[in-house]
Amino acid sequence: MTLTRRKALTLGVGGIAFAAIPGLSAAATVEELTAAFTAGAAPAMDGITLTTPEIAENGNTVPVSVDAPGAVAIMLMASGNPEPAVATFTFGPAAGRQFAATRIRLAKTQDVIALAKMADGSIKQAQSTVKVTIGGCGG
Amino acid sequence: MPYDKEQGMITRREFLQASLAASAIYGVSGFGNWSRLAAQQALTQDQLLQFDDFGNVTLIHITDIHAQLKPIWFREPEWNIGVGEAKGQPPHVVGKAFQEMFKIAPSSPEAYALTYEDFAALGKAYGRMGGMDRVATVVKAIRAARPDSLLLDGGDTWHGSMTSLLTKGQDVVNVMNALGVEAMTSHWEWTLGTERVKEIVDSLPFPFLGANIFDAEWDEPAFEPYKIFEKAGLRIAVIGQAFPYMPIANPKWMFPEYSFGIREERMQEVVDEVRAEGVDLVVCLSHNGFDVDKKMASRVTGIDVILTGHTHDAIPEPVLVGQTILIASGSHGKFVSRVDLDVQGGKMMGFRHKLIPIFSDVITPDADMAALIDAERAPFKAQLEEKIGTTESLLYRRGNFQGTWDDLICNAVRSERDTQIALSPGVRWGASLLPGDPITREDIHNVTSMTYGQVYRTEMTGETLKTVLEDVADNIFNPDPYYQQGGDMVRIGGMGFSCDVSKDIGNRISEMVLLDTGEAIDPAKSYTVGGWASVNEGTEGPQIWDVVEAHIKKLGTVRLEPNSSVKATGI
Repeated sequence: MTLTRRKALTLGVGGIAFAAIPGLSAAATVEELTAAFTAGAAPAMDGITLTTPEIAENGNTVPVSVDAPGAVAIMLMASGNPEPAVATFTFGPAAGRQFAATRIRLAKTQDVIALAKMADGSIKQAQSTVKVTIGGCGG
Repeated sequence: MPYDKEQGMITRREFLQASLAASAIYGVSGFGNWSRLAAQQALTQDQLLQFDDFGNVTLIHITDIHAQLKPIWFREPEWNIGVGEAKGQPPHVVGKAFQEMFKIAPSSPEAYALTYEDFAALGKAYGRMGGMDRVATVVKAIRAARPDSLLLDGGDTWHGSMTSLLTKGQDVVNVMNALGVEAMTSHWEWTLGTERVKEIVDSLPFPFLGANIFDAEWDEPAFEPYKIFEKAGLRIAVIGQAFPYMPIANPKWMFPEYSFGIREERMQEVVDEVRAEGVDLVVCLSHNGFDVDKKMASRVTGIDVILTGHTHDAIPEPVLVGQTILIASGSHGKFVSRVDLDVQGGKMMGFRHKLIPIFSDVITPDADMAALIDAERAPFKAQLEEKIGTTESLLYRRGNFQGTWDDLICNAVRSERDTQIALSPGVRWGASLLPGDPITREDIHNVTSMTYGQVYRTEMTGETLKTVLEDVADNIFNPDPYYQQGGDMVRIGGMGFSCDVSKDIGNRISEMVLLDTGEAIDPAKSYTVGGWASVNEGTEGPQIWDVVEAHIKKLGTVRLEPNSSVKATGI
């Protein structure tokens, strides 16, 4: 995996770096992105918390946060977007907490997937469905 | 059962007797033996209020009154399909099955109050229900017996009537203040717009709670999440949970500053915070909807009582989820829940509960409240009471797919706006009318009143119509409660369809047919469509109540044929 562009900006919480990845190619699939990030390691489903709304209030800006204590990197993917890669957050040794929050655009109802890479190379995964609806009728 | 019997937990049997005391007393059944007079003689206020005091503190819960200050008819649903784990569980049990589950005699006062069976006939026997002057009598009586009580309003309070629309909620606010509400949460309140909500909230003598109301820009808590009350030497935390899908189900342009959502992790955080403060009891005053609350109760720990709302369910006994009891107190002022709790050493040791039906002919109106309500209505009296027509059919709304009120409304839209198809939102509010009743302007408002009632006229392709139906169906029949918005299916005039509730989104709706011609709806073809309650800003058209009034005036007498245009399968 080669990052064609790496942009790091410091967030409010000291020591957390943010890296936006345009992707491996024009539109790398979830499988391709996962394979590149995990190097084939099978993910465990614990030790990572992904928080998303169940139903997006505005599909253009959906708040998403991931908490993965001990992670060196967290990758976020939006499985139903034309470009599933959203962002990869990397954490240096000075990071007090391995937590990241951002807002993402979701084209339609889909699963948001978070993968965390731990210092030992093991992988943790969480995913949740975010519904993008045309609006219902509240009782 | 989560509680140790020796610590005072009453058994299920005792509890059933307590909550259904009226059934035990009036075990008279057999439809036809009940004249209205007999009903009035048989039921007494004392019997409705009868309650063996229990424990050391009392919660009084009322919710979803939808601005109904006067007694109304309200027919409970004939269709309330539960999916996934909710299948066959209250509140997804209706009619005879409901009567059997809760040991209610057919045709009894409870059967009338809680189920749809023989509604028109029983309505004539037992009379209207609700009325905030009757509710005031009940609240005063409970407070007299239990000075250590807490009156909590679950929201959907300031919306739903002509007077609440004309006064921007002020009439209801005045009534609820006089009732002595001690905290509330919200949903339709927000359709008055941010500015008006803030103006009212600033004037309230009690907190407007919403732990899940966040600033949309900064994603930070924007309203008071909870309040700690001191009663009977106990510290009771009441956490508010506003309707989670506010900006999705209602027009978000009316309150763009705020974001909502279930925010389960936030609820856990707030519960942990008040527990860390050492409160004795944690109550969640919720507008999530029953199934959402049930799921939340199974995932958030530390809540003793959830006072549920939004989905308008009246359940005669609490539902237990782990260590949490869920109370469902109905809607439109039909019921008040009294929940007596025994709280010792920071733990809820037991409870006794009664869903008190507000039979308006049995409970004496509180004189002060009756005078206040009349004063609020006085400026609008002539407008409210003007008779527009008469109905020969039972008019009701509640039900997953259809109701006769919406049949009438869809007919009005199609006829007045000259469209092939009409859409009417699947809201759960709206009082009923019995055959023979006059239809007043107020009655029309009771099923249409809102701040975005414009009736649009547009064209939609068959494909768009299917997308709309699939989307709304998934808001009701998604097996995961967290994806359910708590309304019913959008009502359709001029078009029939089948809905397989067991399928997933995109696959539930089939057999769409244009009723005028009997031809199948063509995905590529455009159809003229009229509807109301659009969440889009700038929607243009006449107000729905004016459209319905014009239609009823032309009809004079409303007569509706049975409607079999929707087929539900996969139940």
